[in-house]
Amino acid sequence: MTEFRAPRHLLSIDDLGANGIREAMSLAEAFAEVERRVIPKVPALRGKVVATLFFEDSTRTRLSFESAAKRLSCDVLTFNAGTSSLKKGESLRDTVEVIEAMGADAVVIRHSCSGTPVQVSRWVSRARVINGGDGSHEHPTQALADCLTVRQVIAERQGVEPDSLGVECFNGLRVLIVGDIAHSRVARSQVLAYTTLGARVTLCAPGTLLPGNVESWPVGVAGDLDAAIKETDVVSLLRLQRERGSGTYVPSLREYTQGWGLTARRASLLKKETIITHPGPMVRGVEIASDVADMEQSVVKRQVTNGVAVRMAVLFLLLATSDARGGIQRG
Amino acid sequence: MAEGPLKLCVMGGTLVDSTGVRRGDVCITGDVIVEVGADLEPPAGSTVLDASGCLVTPGLVDLHTHLRQPGAEEAETVETGSRAAALGGYTAVVAMPNTDPPVDNGAVVAEVLELSKNALVEVGVAGAITVGRAGERLSLMRELAALGVKLFTDDGNGVQDGGLMRRACEYAAGLGVTLAQHCEDERIAGYGVMNEGVWSSKLGLRGTPAAAEDTMVARDISLARLTGAKVHFMHLSCASSVELVRLAKAEGLSVTAEVTPHHMVLTDDLVRDYDPVFKVNPPLRGVDDVAAIRRGLRDGTIDAIATDHAPHSPESKQLPFDDAPPGMIGLQTALAVSYDTLLSNENHPSFSQLQEFFALFTSRPARIAGLSAQGGPLSKGSIANICVFDPDERWTVESDSQASRSRNTPFAGRSLKGRVRHCILRGEPTVVDAVALR
Repeated sequence: MTEFRAPRHLLSIDDLGANGIREAMSLAEAFAEVERRVIPKVPALRGKVVATLFFEDSTRTRLSFESAAKRLSCDVLTFNAGTSSLKKGESLRDTVEVIEAMGADAVVIRHSCSGTPVQVSRWVSRARVINGGDGSHEHPTQALADCLTVRQVIAERQGVEPDSLGVECFNGLRVLIVGDIAHSRVARSQVLAYTTLGARVTLCAPGTLLPGNVESWPVGVAGDLDAAIKETDVVSLLRLQRERGSGTYVPSLREYTQGWGLTARRASLLKKETIITHPGPMVRGVEIASDVADMEQSVVKRQVTNGVAVRMAVLFLLLATSDARGGIQRG
Repeated sequence: MAEGPLKLCVMGGTLVDSTGVRRGDVCITGDVIVEVGADLEPPAGSTVLDASGCLVTPGLVDLHTHLRQPGAEEAETVETGSRAAALGGYTAVVAMPNTDPPVDNGAVVAEVLELSKNALVEVGVAGAITVGRAGERLSLMRELAALGVKLFTDDGNGVQDGGLMRRACEYAAGLGVTLAQHCEDERIAGYGVMNEGVWSSKLGLRGTPAAAEDTMVARDISLARLTGAKVHFMHLSCASSVELVRLAKAEGLSVTAEVTPHHMVLTDDLVRDYDPVFKVNPPLRGVDDVAAIRRGLRDGTIDAIATDHAPHSPESKQLPFDDAPPGMIGLQTALAVSYDTLLSNENHPSFSQLQEFFALFTSRPARIAGLSAQGGPLSKGSIANICVFDPDERWTVESDSQASRSRNTPFAGRSLKGRVRHCILRGEPTVVDAVALR
């Protein structure tokens, strides 16, 4: 395998490719080990400054990035859009340039408008830009956390170390993504990540919540969830994004749940090996029944834990010098 | 010494107008063409403009310019917009009424006309169809028509209410004015910010389907049939709309249509980097739509090429893609982009090709706009509105060197073949050797 060269920014899963995903997952496993230490902190990125610019409400992703940065001994600048100079009329570009002038080495950006991190990446001179979720476009670190989680479960079943599986375990893996795919940035990153690794991805959603021109996506589309759910290795549920107007895309929540929710009845159709993922926040009773969310097959909490490890890996990939990278202990 | 009227001669060019294509010189006294012919001798005391190697045409007429005055002077003024127009070969533009306040009463018409007195082009003022462009009740169309308004549009928005549009058609037919529609059913468009297609799906941007446009084109063709009104379709962007207009014309309805240079050249994949300079309404579409627009231009379905010159400040074009205003500037690039696209592949465009091409910029839009002193022909007794275009000069578009107050050209960095050398407004040179004189 050719040596992987880290991209300048992480705006899309496409910036990583299969080698990049493999590298990020490998690093994440190493950092997951750090998290289990008594003092879960390493000096890998001491002196680096990570700024989180969140223009859209988010608790878990921001905390996850900040936690990841601190465990790598970065200094963290938290930019709160609600109380910031943006309220006084400062432009996004000026804000980003000010943050960079304060010495930020990486800028993690979350925005309700698709493409904002791509625009920001054109305005920075030195800092690296990490997409923390943009509109309905992408959420690459979430997709990486999902892949990492799925691989861990597969590795445990086989009794091997996760990293020893590489990414070959995704080859031919059947992944079913269910729910509000049209508005979901997680779905776009998941589709790119899973298909890049060779998985077979199927989407299932009401016609209003399938992405437009879905035939241009490298996926299949399932009409009947009951049939599709019996034939999958991973089922990824997505939240109905009512803040993006998707409430009007279905006649009622009840009808949505009956057709596309993972109800207890539907969960009983799953093979017992099928892994249930959800990027959170979950709306129990809508896309997933409460009992199902707590089933053993559900890996929702592990996805959150792995989110920190994956974000450590991404920060490290983008910010570490090549010397430091060689010094990281694997496995 | 008594100063007579200015004498001007345009020497050595090839004349292209509705009467034909021929080698010829043009002599002007005051604001009137006094002589046209081959190998004229410039009268004593006349200024001579060299047109050798150039096409000499009637001054261009833009059916669709946003001059932004009054209300958005940070983006454009009549002065800067008309300078950009003159540099692009125009001697007339129709100013869109979506100003602040909008052109929905006589006072605003008078204000725009007053601002335009010293402009570098003739400014035709378009009026709003509805009060405040709010789509609820008709504007004072008779009052506006009495001040010379010939074209009415709520541009920026289509008239959503079909019943109100029917009344507008009936009222306009009675006044003998034309309704120009921005074709967009807003419910179907659904706050889309780009073309709905493969790229919007990948980029996670809300799309506007072609159906949002052709639905309104179809409705207004029916209303033109019902009322006999003259309806002009603005900036058509998709294949299905072009086909509807083709059928309506075959039926003999009094409908006309324009397209923009950007819709005949650019496609929606340009949005891939989320640069709002490529955000425009209607949005850039796919390759099949571009091909259909070019076909419509060749077969006469499309009557005019119009710029939809829409200046926006650089700050506003650095907002997130969803929030940035739609629009592109185009006055300085329209002719060259169109010539480069439609004719420059021809080694020697035929006379009829040249004639048809320039009709799209001159006689046809002049007729739609009702501007009687514009559009030619280049003959004795005509008002001297003239464009001199060098079809062989190569130049590179630079966003920083636009005369417009704004920089939002989608053609920045492009090398174009063909450039306006001189422009003459009512016998007065406004541009000489590609430099505006004021």
